[in-house]
Amino acid sequence: MKILVCISKAPDTTTKISFTDGDTKFDESGVKYIVNPYDEWYALVRGLELKEAHGGSVTTVTVGTAEDDATIRKALAIGADDATRINVKPEDASQVAAEIAAYAKEGAYDLVLLGKETIDYNGSQVGGMIAEHLDMPFISLAEKLDVDGTTATLDKEITGGVQTVEAELPLVVSCAKGMAEQRIPNMRGIMAARKKPLNVVEPTNAAKQTSFVKYALPAPKSAVKLIDPNNMDELVELLHNEAKVI
Amino acid sequence: MSEKTAIKGGEFIIRDVKPEDIFTPEEWNEEQEMIAKMCDDFIAQEVEPNLERIDEMEEGLMPSILEKAGELGLLSLSVPEELGGMGVDFKTTLLATERLGTGYSFSVAYGAHTGIGTLPILYYGNQEQKEKYIPKLASGEWKASYCLTEPSAGSDANSGKTKAELTEDGKHYVINGQKMWITNAGFAKVLTVFAKIGDDKNLTAFIVDAESEGISLNPEEKKMGIKGSSTRQVFFNDVKVPVENMLSERGNGFKIALNILNIGRIKLAGAVLGGAKSGIDYSIKYANERQQFGRPISKYGAIRHKIAEQVIKCFVTESATYRAGQNIDDAIQAFIDEGMDKEQATLKGIEQFAPECAILKVAGSEALDYVVDEAVQIYGGMGYSAESPVERAYRDARINRIFEGTNEINRMLTVDLVLKRAMKGELDLMGPAQEVANELMSIPDFGDAPEGVFANEYKALKGFKKTILMVAGSAVQKLMQTLAKEQEVLMNIADLSIDTYMAESVLLRVDKMIANKGEEACKDEIAIVKTYFYDIADKINKSGKDAINAFAGGDEAKMMLMGLKRFTKIDGYNSKEARQQIAQRVIEAGKYNF
Ligand SMILES: Cc1cc2nc3c(=O)[nH]c(=O)nc-3n(C[C@H](O)[C@H](O)[C@H](O)COP(=O)(O)OP(=O)(O)OC[C@H]3O[C@@H](n4cnc5c(N)ncnc54)[C@H](O)[C@@H]3O)c2cc1C
Repeated sequence: MKILVCISKAPDTTTKISFTDGDTKFDESGVKYIVNPYDEWYALVRGLELKEAHGGSVTTVTVGTAEDDATIRKALAIGADDATRINVKPEDASQVAAEIAAYAKEGAYDLVLLGKETIDYNGSQVGGMIAEHLDMPFISLAEKLDVDGTTATLDKEITGGVQTVEAELPLVVSCAKGMAEQRIPNMRGIMAARKKPLNVVEPTNAAKQTSFVKYALPAPKSAVKLIDPNNMDELVELLHNEAKVI
Repeated sequence: MSEKTAIKGGEFIIRDVKPEDIFTPEEWNEEQEMIAKMCDDFIAQEVEPNLERIDEMEEGLMPSILEKAGELGLLSLSVPEELGGMGVDFKTTLLATERLGTGYSFSVAYGAHTGIGTLPILYYGNQEQKEKYIPKLASGEWKASYCLTEPSAGSDANSGKTKAELTEDGKHYVINGQKMWITNAGFAKVLTVFAKIGDDKNLTAFIVDAESEGISLNPEEKKMGIKGSSTRQVFFNDVKVPVENMLSERGNGFKIALNILNIGRIKLAGAVLGGAKSGIDYSIKYANERQQFGRPISKYGAIRHKIAEQVIKCFVTESATYRAGQNIDDAIQAFIDEGMDKEQATLKGIEQFAPECAILKVAGSEALDYVVDEAVQIYGGMGYSAESPVERAYRDARINRIFEGTNEINRMLTVDLVLKRAMKGELDLMGPAQEVANELMSIPDFGDAPEGVFANEYKALKGFKKTILMVAGSAVQKLMQTLAKEQEVLMNIADLSIDTYMAESVLLRVDKMIANKGEEACKDEIAIVKTYFYDIADKINKSGKDAINAFAGGDEAKMMLMGLKRFTKIDGYNSKEARQQIAQRVIEAGKYNF
């Protein structure tokens, strides 16, 4: 089974987010990047498990610049066989999906896996767009994926329950929590990552379709007010007059 | 890098080092960062959620966590690839030790297994012994203990009473005796046991199968801290050990014991760094959350002072640890280039920096104790609650000043090692000491004043080194053979050396950072260096004064004290503002972020 896993970087979850240039640019200074957890923990690890069970290969693909190489090598350390970086700065979902699809077309992959979203922009669009470009079925938010022959069985969360779906390979799957467990790369993996191929290919220069205009931070949380449990009147008063919820 | 004739251990006292010649933690490469992250993830997944169960010594838990570390390759970082290991360089093993140093009892079990447990066989075993034991120790299938200490032989380790007698057929040694405080004893399969053959003056080391007949264990010691680390007495009652299990040669055991402990000392500095960083993180988080008098306590100067001081001590220790780590790697490489095999070269390379290892052990363990002590203070009453994380950190930290040679023993060792090298002519201390003595009697030469942001500090550093030379030089002359008994003076000289090494390391590190990033980007680090020097100058003055007044008198003492005053002079500095600045940075970030 030939598996392609889309990997993108995302700021470490403890990053303090701030903006520059009149709130039009994300301030990257001092930011540590990690592999987007949905791509790493779920898509990549499930891909590796399927390879281990059925044979085949796992390739990763990333749209990004040389700055992304560290996160790509982390994916190699976890166990991907080889990696490709499409050498262009990602601008929006449409451009990224078009670039990945153009690359994926050449590879005749049975499965294209990616995280359900990145933890920075939470767009959730790339998977669907890739599927459209490749004319493949797309299953989003899958939390379970098994393959039997050329048939994939997937569980996906729906409001208040789980839906089981079946689809024929090849297909594109966006992976959610539950798909696999985080794998800590081991020493052998880390040392092997250096020697595994990280191919850089030039982009097709797909156009972006949207532009970021401005960012804003959420309003700061107001302080918590503690009220003596014996003072219910005050609580009621505050809920009524200040919070205006009752 | 500037032209280097490799620096030797202890040579920092008489030699100026350039910033570009040291390694700094800003230079970890991508692979090393990945290893560090792997260790963090391992602690977060396997250790943190199990701290309670570990401390309750749940049967089989610690060995299983060690095995998981083995699966990741963490037990075999120092082991060469031919023996199933990873063969990474020394400073990378220090980095892993640091990151795993946040694991409380696990960190001790890990350190004992991979250090004093595995290394005697790796570095002193013959090919057969290595092939038999190392791969299984590296994978974690077998765990190892190091049995040196006895009820009556602690610091004086060579005085052990455990005996080994050759059987009549010459095929076995029979071991009898009692060992105490043996880490990992509860589950170890492989023991390195130190015993004396016949009436030998010196110890001999043996590899002993813990399942041999005649070995029994006392129950677990009830300890102040590291409660999840197995520590038991081990009894040897007519235990038969095949002669081929002797490690190295008869009588070589004490040397093995010392060299292995020496490695353990710098590793301990790595481990305490991890503990210190996590202690600081807890302190900052709590100080930001806890409100009193209407504001978070992290807004109060008294608390900010503590946080800044925690940061300074940690940053300084880190600077010195990895500087020494690189020196060791360079020394190892030089021995390999001379044709030595990797294990021999590693042993020799680390031995070369034995004075620095002892210095780091003392400075690191004391830095950690400061950090956790103030962490408890910042937590207030909550810090005294067994439910707070810093309570465990406080108890667990304390052992570090005791094992791997107590800090008293390591202080004496620092001086002893340097003086011995001077006597042997390996280090020219006497020449420079004489120069300082001459300088005392002449008109002070103010020489070329160094320039730049650290002009004051570089000048002070020269003075600190002169202080060591002046005090140690005249102590040796005055006290001669009795110096070894004048422990108070030895402690003073040790402190002078420790403080100077730490000060130089942090200065060089930040100067190198400035060269790469510019002053503006390093303003907090500059504040650390300046505050540290401002404080340490007085401390060095005090250590020097105490020593001089202890062994000199009259005009001679007066002259030295005048010199001392000059050597430890430092410009006034607003350390209060500097600490505010340092504290502000980490409080804002919510964590240690240097
Ligand atoms: C939790 C724990 C784990 C340990 N793990 C191991 C292990 O795995 N293997 C092992 O072999 N050992 C182990 N040890 C033993 C440890 O190394 C010794 O406890 C340590 O070396 C000190 O020896 P001691 O306890 O006999 O103290 P002592 O030597 O009796 O020292 C008591 C005090 O006297 C001071 N002192 C001693 N001699 C002098 C001197 N000449 N001049 C001035 N002051 C002196 C010491 O600094 C100390 O303050 C462990 C100990 C503990 C507590």
